[in-house]
Amino acid sequence: MLKIGVVIFPGSNCDHDCQHIFKNVLGQYVEMIWHKETLLAGLDAIVLPGGFSYGDYLRTGAIARFSPVMGAVKGFAKKGGLVLGICNGFQILLEAGLLPGAMLRNKSLHFICKDVSMKVENAATSFTSAYESGQVLKIPIAHADGNYYTDPVTLASMQANAQIVLRYCTPEGKVTPDANPNGSLDNIAGIINAEGNVLGMMPHPERCAEAVLGNDDGKQIFLSMLESLKGNKKQLKMIPA
Amino acid sequence: MKAKIYVTLKQGILDPQGKAIEHALDSLGFKNAGNVRVGKYMEVDLEEKDKVKAEAEVKQMCEKLLANTIVEEYRYELTA
Repeated sequence: MLKIGVVIFPGSNCDHDCQHIFKNVLGQYVEMIWHKETLLAGLDAIVLPGGFSYGDYLRTGAIARFSPVMGAVKGFAKKGGLVLGICNGFQILLEAGLLPGAMLRNKSLHFICKDVSMKVENAATSFTSAYESGQVLKIPIAHADGNYYTDPVTLASMQANAQIVLRYCTPEGKVTPDANPNGSLDNIAGIINAEGNVLGMMPHPERCAEAVLGNDDGKQIFLSMLESLKGNKKQLKMIPA
Repeated sequence: MKAKIYVTLKQGILDPQGKAIEHALDSLGFKNAGNVRVGKYMEVDLEEKDKVKAEAEVKQMCEKLLANTIVEEYRYELTA
């Protein structure tokens, strides 16, 4: 059994959904980690969940990145540990400098909560290996600040290194401006660091990871992580849906 | 000493709030108003009496926390 750590910041609200998926759907051990913790022992992966840490004061993620736990998260990431940031977790990873770039307010200025289509551009990562390359997923977004921005040099280097893992698209899989819900640069929905062990994504895979809830398109994000951690792809693909 | 700190989006980065306000000003007849930028204003009391040291401190605050220099720029004034 793998041990997954889910960090709780004041204002996190997707922490228990992440716990539910790893524990009840995928049968792993989950440790809930209060943001005041400074030691993270024996974890196989860390999830920074969605929510409104510190009320989004100043900027999304700007205060959470200085939480005591973030020193340990950084150390874990530096050693190659898998870190997944979802929505506010992604924003925290950006503010912490664990991923390049920054989030701007959605172009429409609205909080957007709806299902969107998203394409897996790179299925050769520890977070997407259970998908086919080019696969289109239906997945919910729920954010006001998901308009990803980075400088042209960083964008070009991320494009060249296939670090843009997830992009907003039409249901047919076409990456067009109309399919971009928030104005995000290059339709970016999720990126990975150059080392391939830290992924941030705005959509919520934990909200669509069970067939009984009507959609399990997001489940393979978590399955991919487990596969990568166990180094045994075949065995885990047999877990019933 | 008091620091008055202004944080705005960098020039060249789209500021949708600024644009919306610009359109509103335009429709109110302020035809000459342009390039509206919306930002944050913060006041911080400092115990430091030395202006040079206070300035260095405020700069650090801005770089570390108050502004995200990837997308934002900051300026400040120090008053007694």
